[in-house]
Amino acid sequence: MAGAARSVPGTERFRALFEPRGILVAGASTHPGKFGFVGLHNILACGYAGKVFATNRDGAEVLGVQSVAEVDELPDGEIDLVFVCTPASANPDLLRACAKKGITAAFIASGGYGEAGPEGRKAEAELVALADELGILLAGPNGQGVVSPPAQLCAQIVAPFPPRGHIGIASQSGNFVSSFGNYAQLTGVGVSRAVSAGNAAAVTIPDYLDYYADDPETHVALTYVENVGDGRAFVDRLRPVAARLPIVLVKGGASAGGQRAAASHTGALASDDRVFDGACRQAGISRAETIEQAYEVAATFATQPLPRGNRVVVVSTAGGWGVVTADALARTGGSPRGLELIELPADLRAAIDGELPPRWSGNNPIDMAGGETRDTVPKVLELAASHPDVDAVIFLGMGIQANEARLMREGPFWPGHGLERIVAYHERQDARFAEAAAAVSDATGKPIFSATELAVTSPDNAAPAGVRATGRLCYPSANRAVTALEHLWRRSRWLQRRHLP
Amino acid sequence: MPTLSEAASKELLGGFGVPFPPEHVVASADEAVGAAEALGYPVVVKLGGDTIAHKTERGLVRLGLGSADQVRDAAGSLLAAATPQDGDVHLLVAPMVRASRELIAGLHHDPQFGMTVMLGVGGILAEAVADVSFRLVPIAPVDAEDMIDDLALQALLGEFRGEPAVERVAVADVLLGLSRVAVERDDIASADVNPLLIVDGRPLAVDALVELR
Repeated sequence: MAGAARSVPGTERFRALFEPRGILVAGASTHPGKFGFVGLHNILACGYAGKVFATNRDGAEVLGVQSVAEVDELPDGEIDLVFVCTPASANPDLLRACAKKGITAAFIASGGYGEAGPEGRKAEAELVALADELGILLAGPNGQGVVSPPAQLCAQIVAPFPPRGHIGIASQSGNFVSSFGNYAQLTGVGVSRAVSAGNAAAVTIPDYLDYYADDPETHVALTYVENVGDGRAFVDRLRPVAARLPIVLVKGGASAGGQRAAASHTGALASDDRVFDGACRQAGISRAETIEQAYEVAATFATQPLPRGNRVVVVSTAGGWGVVTADALARTGGSPRGLELIELPADLRAAIDGELPPRWSGNNPIDMAGGETRDTVPKVLELAASHPDVDAVIFLGMGIQANEARLMREGPFWPGHGLERIVAYHERQDARFAEAAAAVSDATGKPIFSATELAVTSPDNAAPAGVRATGRLCYPSANRAVTALEHLWRRSRWLQRRHLP
Repeated sequence: MPTLSEAASKELLGGFGVPFPPEHVVASADEAVGAAEALGYPVVVKLGGDTIAHKTERGLVRLGLGSADQVRDAAGSLLAAATPQDGDVHLLVAPMVRASRELIAGLHHDPQFGMTVMLGVGGILAEAVADVSFRLVPIAPVDAEDMIDDLALQALLGEFRGEPAVERVAVADVLLGLSRVAVERDDIASADVNPLLIVDGRPLAVDALVELR
């Protein structure tokens, strides 16, 4: 990470990185295996609307772009961002030439810097100093690229180009930018910006997150870090950011620094991970345990309102789902820091009695025991979520009928025997439940989590597909929904106890 | 690194609100008996000094002394156990405090994060249980409360074996005091308040060790 004395880049220069008016690919290659080809390919293939320029030693045409041999030959003032694939030794002259053309941001994909021994570290320090002198925002080096769906920008040397959304990603590992992007494609909960910070020589992870807090496209930050360098400086930078924007952080190498031999008992208990964990909690950073959990928690922040309290109602169409969800809620530790499966208030119970036959569970979890008719599910969701003693709802058991519908549709009796009509009804109903969950959440301002394993086993099932269509995350299990809700409640409580909006 | 004696550690931390029982620092066995009479039996007698850090391991702590004779014997043998390397030594006479619940609190200078304050579940299994919470100094009252919430063994903090629930505000005050002393004294390398006993629901520290840089 960079030294403490460097100034923080302004919003304008980040705009050049994430919303460039034109892009130059420096070191474009005619060889489809080279970064200089893949980078240009991805920019063009993903539909970037601005002008695209390229340099190539021989001035070759690459993917229909007529490259030039020298930056000097390019027009002035039309390019904001240079995506650099040239060797490290060529980059100082390149940056000088780019600055003359009005370029204010550079993504350095080239390696051979801080990761490559003392010589590389020296070259990196010189490049940072040069970029500062030229007024160029320097991302990387040794990074995989930058993604910005609002600008249809995919300037990176890996797939995928994730759908547009509100999660802003900054990662010390480019491969996890890719992983998060893959989850975004799977779930439909999309990305606002994503950057592989590479060696983060000039622009650091906290710099990106600080920008995201000001970026109207970004509603939650998602970050992967391995080495935070000066931990105190890292947290001090993120503290004011976390007060404005949810930050979901996953740390690699968390177990690497074990307990130290120490004279004091306190020191003997102070492992790196415990201190880091405490620092995150203090700063209001939501720390996730795994990559998939980090994505799901970020996707939840991006698509659900914060719960005002920890009182949860579980609504289930049938079966053991409610029971295991109650167990998962109990494992969060109960009030005040954990979630609570409340006793149903008498008036809510009476209201549900009016909607369901007497065999329903009569308490929380609300197990409808298969007693629902056409409009029961939306009605029960609405009753539960609109009750003043309820802060969040977890909805389980959707998609069963649509799953049976699929079996019918693919079986030998299709479409006769009345199958066509019942299949259409089931699929319509499951889609409707998903819509109802989102609509009731919007109307009440309370989070409603829909969970079914069909989200991964059968993503085109009407239930998970319906949830995706509402823009929300369909949780692959109730446990994972509970974990995401627990993170939201922790943040809500952190904000409330500090009188933050 | 140099350490403060137990008596000096307690005086420093006590000035920032860490609660300790009244105790006497004396030089002789006779004075120890006088102090015990003033405090009332049973008492604890320990050998103290600037270079004496781990008294229990060296057998320099005598617990539950119930009479003047016991105090006199213990004091005499503790003074005899002092080695030339211990330098100036003294006797610490304190009331014997019994508690079924023990916490541990302290300060630790982390190489990446600087000074931190800790709260944990104490007792001889503290390091094995490792139910602890850290924050970066300085902490606010809400951070101290969060640290208490962080502990997994919440059952230990409620009503317990006929004793009242732990007064969380009083525990938070210990943590805030530790944070303040770390801010005001930048020569502190670490501090252990161990054990931090829970007596009638309130924290009471019966040992402390401050390490200087």
